[in-house]
This record gives sequence, C-alpha cells and structure tokens, in this order.
Amino acid sequence: MGLEAKLNSDGFITTTIDAVIAWARKSSVWPMPMGISCCAIELIAAADPKYDLARFGSEVMRFTPRQCDLMIVAGTVTYKMAQVVRRIYDQMPEPKWVIAMGACTSTGGMYRSYNVVQGIDQFLPIDAYVAGCPPRPENLINAIMTIQQKISKTKARDFQDKPLLETIDK
Amino acid sequence: MAFKDLIIEKIKKQFEKSIEEVKEFRGDLSITIAKDKIVELARFLRDDDELCFETCLDVTAIDWATRKNRFTVVYHVYSFKNNFTLRIKANIDGEPPQIETVSSIWPGANWYERETYDMYGIVFLNHPDLRRMYMPEGFEYYPLRKDFPLLGIPGSLPLPDKLE
Repeated sequence: MGLEAKLNSDGFITTTIDAVIAWARKSSVWPMPMGISCCAIELIAAADPKYDLARFGSEVMRFTPRQCDLMIVAGTVTYKMAQVVRRIYDQMPEPKWVIAMGACTSTGGMYRSYNVVQGIDQFLPIDAYVAGCPPRPENLINAIMTIQQKISKTKARDFQDKPLLETIDK
Repeated sequence: MAFKDLIIEKIKKQFEKSIEEVKEFRGDLSITIAKDKIVELARFLRDDDELCFETCLDVTAIDWATRKNRFTVVYHVYSFKNNFTLRIKANIDGEPPQIETVSSIWPGANWYERETYDMYGIVFLNHPDLRRMYMPEGFEYYPLRKDFPLLGIPGSLPLPDKLE
C-alpha cells in the first residue's frame, strides 16, 4: 500500500486521531441482522463466501444489539414489529447506523396496507436505503460501502457527548 | 349410497327444520344451518359412527356489507375415515355479531375463531380465550370488514416516537 515503504525509511507516519478512529470504525462495522422476512435471505447471501462481506470488515453478525453499530433492517416492518425494531435499536450503543434494506422497509413496498409501516423512516433515522425486492447482495454491499464513506467523514468528537446506551424505559 | 347423499340424508333427518340450504358446487358440498344449531350439528358430525368429521380445518367469515344477515361464518371440517371435506355455513347478524363457539367440539377451532374475531369482530360465545391475534390489543377496528379502509385509519396503530 505504500505504508510499508514509509516504515522502511522513517518508521513513523503522521495523521489525525479523527482519521485513525474513523478508519478503524469504518473497517470493523458489526451489523445487527434485523432479518424480518425474505430480504434476510439476501442478507445471508451477502455474508457467504461468494459475496464475502468480510472484505469490508462487516462479516461479524452479532445477534445481540449490544455488540453492534449497524442495524440492517431486512424485511417488512408491521406496526406491531415496529415497537420491537425500535426497542432493539435503542439497545445498540452509540455511534450507530441504520440500513433500510428492500422496498418494504424503505416505503412499505407492495404492502400498501393497514398493517405495514409505510417506510421505517417514520420512527428510525436511516443512513442508507437499498432498492430492490429483495435487493441483490451486491446492492447491500454497496449500501455498506456508503455507510463506510459516511463513517469516514465523522469526527470522534461527534459522538463524545452522546451516552453509550440510550435509556430504554424513558 | 354415495357418501354425499348419506351426509345429506343423515343431517336432514336430524336437523330437519334448521337446515337452510344444501348446495353442491363443483364437487364441494355446503350446508347452511341456523346459527343456534351450530354446536349441535358439530357434535353430530363428529360423533356419528359413519360420518366421523373429526377435524376442523378452518373457520372464517364473509362480510356481505349490505345484506340483511351481514356475516356468514364458514367452517370446513374433514373426515379422515371417508376422506371428505364438508363446508358448513351459518348466517348471523347484529352488532356485535354473535355465534356459539365450536372449540368445545373441535379444540383446533380455538385459534381460527380468535382470528375470525380479530378480523371480522364476530364474537364466539363461551370461547375460552377470545383475544386479538394479529392486531395489537386495544385496536378498535376489524380490518377485514368491508367498511374498513385498505390503508387503515390514521393514528389507530401506535408507532414509536420519531428519532432525530
């Protein structure tokens, strides 16, 4: 990469704390697989050896929200499920990001109906939307790369004042 | 004697006055019965030595919107012995529409009746646990009724507060 060349000559490099932290953060995004319906199958495919999400440092799917910083909402969110999604989101430590994967999650999709939330941005802050029904794994990987770009622009100070865990029962 | 004729004969003999209609459509036999005889008919169908309708496959309803008897409750029952599926119907009216539960005869009808209650608001009298099934508790409407709008009633289902 050129980094090794530097080591040979001087043995040190100069950078900023913000850049290092953002680089570390974006290269080790741990997703919370909120797989609610068929999109979850493509989410699994994205993590398999063919598409290999591990290349982006995101292969560690954690099934507890307390170890995650990226929530991938993959599937139809009903009004009943919305409460659960939000409860799990609240348990994730800051800083955290959300991907709305698929048509249902982003807009209600083909379920233009009384029981489906017409887009989860009604109750969650979304960082990336993924089009498709369901989206191809490449599309999801693209969204994760978008999140990485977003993370690389953050400053460590941005999250300093936020509590590590939001209180669940307000 | 064909099994269908046997059913019709037996039921007509037992429930002469309460049978409202016997209809066969594309091989499916439907029997419409007065709503106050539904449990009696269910018990008869299950316990008869020849009929043996032991399984309740489904309970649902039809909302006719403007008809006099607004709702029809539909039961599908199955006889393993005869490999035969029978449809039973009962017309009901009133608000709330009420009919006796058949879960005392076929325990499997318990959740079907809950679902029918959830979607149509039909009250199954003496049901052991008549609660909402798909919709949240406290929801005031019945989504499969004809007067319920497709996109629901705004604000009737709570969402978490918006975050920024």
